[in-house]
Amino acid sequence: MTSIPAPAPGGKKLGLVIDLDTCVGCHACAVNCKEWNTSGHMAPLPDFDPYGAHPEGVWFNRVHSYEAGAGADGRTVHFPRSCLHCEDPPCVTVCPTGASFKRAEDGIVLVNADLCIGCKLCSWACPYGAREFDEDAGVMKKCTLCIDRIYNETLPETERVPACVSTCPTHARHFGDLGDPESDVSRLVASRGGYALMPEQGCKPVNRYLPPRERPTPPAPARRAANEAPIASRLLAWADRVLSR
Amino acid sequence: MPEASLARAAPDDGIAYSVPTGDRVATTTCYMCACRCGIRVHLKDGRIRYIEGNPDHPINRGVLCGKGSAGIMTQYSPARLRNPLLRVGERGAGEFREISWDEALSLAAEWLGAVRARNPRELAFFTGRDQSQSLTGLWAAEFGTPNFAAHGGFCSVNMAAAGLYSVGGSFWEFGEPDWEHARLFLLWGVAEDHDSNPIKLGLARLRERGARIIAINPVRTGYGAIADEWISLRPGTDGLFIFSLIHELLAADRIDLEFLATHANAHWLVIESPGAADHGLFVRDEAGQPLAWDRAEGPVPAGRAGISPVLAGTLTLPDGRSARPVFHLLAERYLSPEYAPEAVAPRCGIAPETIRRLAAELAEAAFDHPLELPHPWTDMEGRRHESMPGRPVSMHAMRGIAAHANGFHTCRALHLLQMLLGAIDRPGSWRYKAPFPRPIPPGPGPAGAETAPNKPIAGTLLGYPQGPDDLLVDAAGEALRIDKGFSWEAPLALHGLMHMALPNAGAADPYPIDTLLLYMANMAWNSAMNPAENIASLTAREPASGEYRIRHVIYADAYFSETVPYADLVLPDTTYLERYDAISLLDRPIGSAHGPADAIRQPVLAPDRNVRPFQEVLIELGARLKLPAFTRPDGSARYRDYPDYIVNHQRRPGIGPLAGWRGAGGEKIGQGEPNPDQIKRYVENGCFWRHELPPGQHYFKYANRDYLEAAAALGLIARPERIVLQLYCEPLQRFRLAAEGHGSRRPPARLRERVARYCDPLPFWHPPLAAAEISPAEFPLSAITQRPMPMYHSWGSQNAWLRQILAANRLYMNRGLAARLGLAEGDWVRVSSPTGTLRCQLALMEGVNEETVWTWNAIGKRAGAWNLASDAPESARGFLLNHVISAFLTPAGGAARSNSDPVTGQAAWFDLRVRVEKCDPAELPLTEPHLSPLPRPPGLPPAPTLLRHHAGGAP
Repeated sequence: MTSIPAPAPGGKKLGLVIDLDTCVGCHACAVNCKEWNTSGHMAPLPDFDPYGAHPEGVWFNRVHSYEAGAGADGRTVHFPRSCLHCEDPPCVTVCPTGASFKRAEDGIVLVNADLCIGCKLCSWACPYGAREFDEDAGVMKKCTLCIDRIYNETLPETERVPACVSTCPTHARHFGDLGDPESDVSRLVASRGGYALMPEQGCKPVNRYLPPRERPTPPAPARRAANEAPIASRLLAWADRVLSR
Repeated sequence: MPEASLARAAPDDGIAYSVPTGDRVATTTCYMCACRCGIRVHLKDGRIRYIEGNPDHPINRGVLCGKGSAGIMTQYSPARLRNPLLRVGERGAGEFREISWDEALSLAAEWLGAVRARNPRELAFFTGRDQSQSLTGLWAAEFGTPNFAAHGGFCSVNMAAAGLYSVGGSFWEFGEPDWEHARLFLLWGVAEDHDSNPIKLGLARLRERGARIIAINPVRTGYGAIADEWISLRPGTDGLFIFSLIHELLAADRIDLEFLATHANAHWLVIESPGAADHGLFVRDEAGQPLAWDRAEGPVPAGRAGISPVLAGTLTLPDGRSARPVFHLLAERYLSPEYAPEAVAPRCGIAPETIRRLAAELAEAAFDHPLELPHPWTDMEGRRHESMPGRPVSMHAMRGIAAHANGFHTCRALHLLQMLLGAIDRPGSWRYKAPFPRPIPPGPGPAGAETAPNKPIAGTLLGYPQGPDDLLVDAAGEALRIDKGFSWEAPLALHGLMHMALPNAGAADPYPIDTLLLYMANMAWNSAMNPAENIASLTAREPASGEYRIRHVIYADAYFSETVPYADLVLPDTTYLERYDAISLLDRPIGSAHGPADAIRQPVLAPDRNVRPFQEVLIELGARLKLPAFTRPDGSARYRDYPDYIVNHQRRPGIGPLAGWRGAGGEKIGQGEPNPDQIKRYVENGCFWRHELPPGQHYFKYANRDYLEAAAALGLIARPERIVLQLYCEPLQRFRLAAEGHGSRRPPARLRERVARYCDPLPFWHPPLAAAEISPAEFPLSAITQRPMPMYHSWGSQNAWLRQILAANRLYMNRGLAARLGLAEGDWVRVSSPTGTLRCQLALMEGVNEETVWTWNAIGKRAGAWNLASDAPESARGFLLNHVISAFLTPAGGAARSNSDPVTGQAAWFDLRVRVEKCDPAELPLTEPHLSPLPRPPGLPPAPTLLRHHAGGAP
């Protein structure tokens, strides 16, 4: 069993805020994550049978699309899913070797590949299905919140965000300190009614999802069919209209 | 951005935080779809480490979609061709011999030279989603064949032609919604594509601003998923729905009459003399200027400032003829009860109350929320306006409404709707992207009526007909192009009919083709109305000689597509990361409403195969064939390579492929002599050039003097003249008059009725042509396709990452309909159309029109192609709807009829009607038709079974 450290004084709760109001399900975040991370901190993210009958690889971020509700009032929902960097992560407490750990200073949940024995207990423990097993290396892998981008001093400051955030074409992904109520992401969560996923699991996820915005009620029709005037009289009225050009 | 400035907390924890992304970074332009986003490609140890959006680039502003991010896997695809190939077996058998480039080019030059010396039009040169059409089109004209086009006729020429003949622009590359100011946004027939990142950026901005988004589409996915309202329209009825909205706006008198009389031709007079040769043409003065009726003076030039034009009524001209203003004709047509909501509702499947409510919403958004931008501007008559009043209703439309045989008029209808709302290039409305607007129509007619041995064709092959004199037809009125573009069957075929090139060549109709030159056009598979029809054409033999009817097929592509095995000579292209390209204003521009832009590609990697950029091959072939534009007077090659052409080719003095950094020292924009350092300057600027217009030129561009003068100075338009929006399209009336027996050039008898009906100068709705021969009881469902967002236009969905997202497609059906048909999720079903049948697997959903089924396009692959395993999902469970579409309708009057729009020739693949039945459980769970697996061409390695891409890691 691996214990969870108490948050460091002034420690952050870094995480993502994902806006379901604007996510169109384009998979940009998933693929850009894949290409950054396959040569990144947890490299590589292998692909098995890549040109065969069962292509399947390691992805830290996957997008699920489904429908909610029936008929024309229903919705098509696109739902990106990645590690939620829980405050109380069962994937960490279940780890027999200490490979899975949560950082005190920023709350990021990581895997130390040198300690991982590939027992997969963490993937069984995670209720969100956020763990990805590299069968080739026999090591569990997962979202690092792009730890090699967010602190990377070789990148311009504006680019020190996870790849999924930087690439999202509908700006549906935001990154920041969700432990600081004054941070941009915390304000966004507060203003938009952001919520945690499956709180009943007790993992206290850090990531938040923003629900679709309320749809405005369309205005009532201005005109009824009954007041249809004959075409000729309408043309006459327009013929009298004085215009200048 | 406080969160971004994170201090590293634990420097000694063994984590490498600050690893430079790569050891080299280069900018270039993406080609994973047609958007042409700017990218930064990071390399490490010579391998691609990371591709990201270029934050400075005007198209994508730093974001990048899933396709662009998957460019790494396209670069390292095992389907890349490695050497020129010469066919040694039968066509389709896939038996090739690897040959040298010199042998390949000698052979190509020999075949092409013989055709050119005998009859140049026996060469058909068709390209796919070619982004170098200004070069390929020039090459075809220099060769002397009119038979050239890219894939526009297959894709969206209805959209382009309707726009260019109505407002001097169109959607996508021609214009964009005003994302910053629109209150109401209507998205017509666009699901996931056309275009990609700019629309996503725009939609996010609309959501952020609280604008209302309405998606009109039979399917609720992708962009439609985040709309506020979904209008589930039946395919092919968009036009009716739009006319009904127009009917409502007219009936409620909620239209921008002043705009119509100032910026459109609402007040132009139309001659009213049925049966006469001038019926339906504009009343013109001796100088050819159209006339209007001024309240005080009577007939006056319509463009004169200060007149008070009459918009309705029948007027008697001084010469005794009768005339009516355009607006009169328009109002009369659309106020007709046939377009009332109650009348169209049963056909569209939209409740009359909904149509009324939407019309009211459009009017409310356009007229009841004053929006004025404080930018003074001056119109072409010299009048200064202190501000720019808006009409905050924006629209975007694409193939969904275009790919029908009534698509031209439907697309025109949409522009009419925008014009009636005064919502053209105003704050909050749809706006032109530079270099548009252009004059209506934008240029001279198509060239190519005359061909002769070894003689170039002067002019542009894909031009803009104004009337019968501009058509490419012979004395009998029959087509001169192999695809029958610009004939009476498709007079406004501005993009040609790529989908008819092979079917017609296979039938030697109107004449035989000796050599077919294809570039990245997968015509033996999904770049076909029907793959089997095209394969039949490629393999047809002359009964007498036993020779292939199309004697030579030359194919250039970077990948082992389904068409490769049918080529005699395969010229392997580079990937988009291995070559130069020009994204040119002469071709398909990337400008925005804020100014013109263009871009280049530069090689980021050197090819590791014996491949050459097709553009360079074309330039060399041009020199070997002594085509004048590619040869110096001494007979030597004019251009060293493609970059040399990009820099030094001049279309006319001062105008070349790139508009930035012209002039000897790079000091000029738009026009100027070639600059030897031009490419270097582009590279230094991130591989793009843009020119930012001042705010006073951002709107009203059709009438904005400063803009039009600036555009003329840049060479975007010939002269700074007002562009009058055309509610009424006079060129169409000229075709109609010919069909009615006027003039010397008339359609053949069998086409007269058709031309008279469909060449209507005001848009109208008609059932798709195919509908006439389909029994609704037998084929009760519409069947359409859309591109998945992660693969839209990504010619290579063999991409190892993207195929993990989607490798097999199902047929989507409304859950309620499935219940009535006794079908369930996952059932294998048989889909039958009047021309074919296929087997596929069913999926159920709520968000699809009850009378429509749909699937993802171009996921299905032929077994073995793209170096995929022969049991790959793409061929085992993926399918193309194309198998049940035909390029042809039932012949009429002894002549073939193409399944295309009767005005533009656009492929009408969304007119497909089908029935769906459950398969016998004894049938194999395998898609059908299932063509024989294609063998891997020589030189291609077996595809790897494991990928561990790690740039900078162990190889």
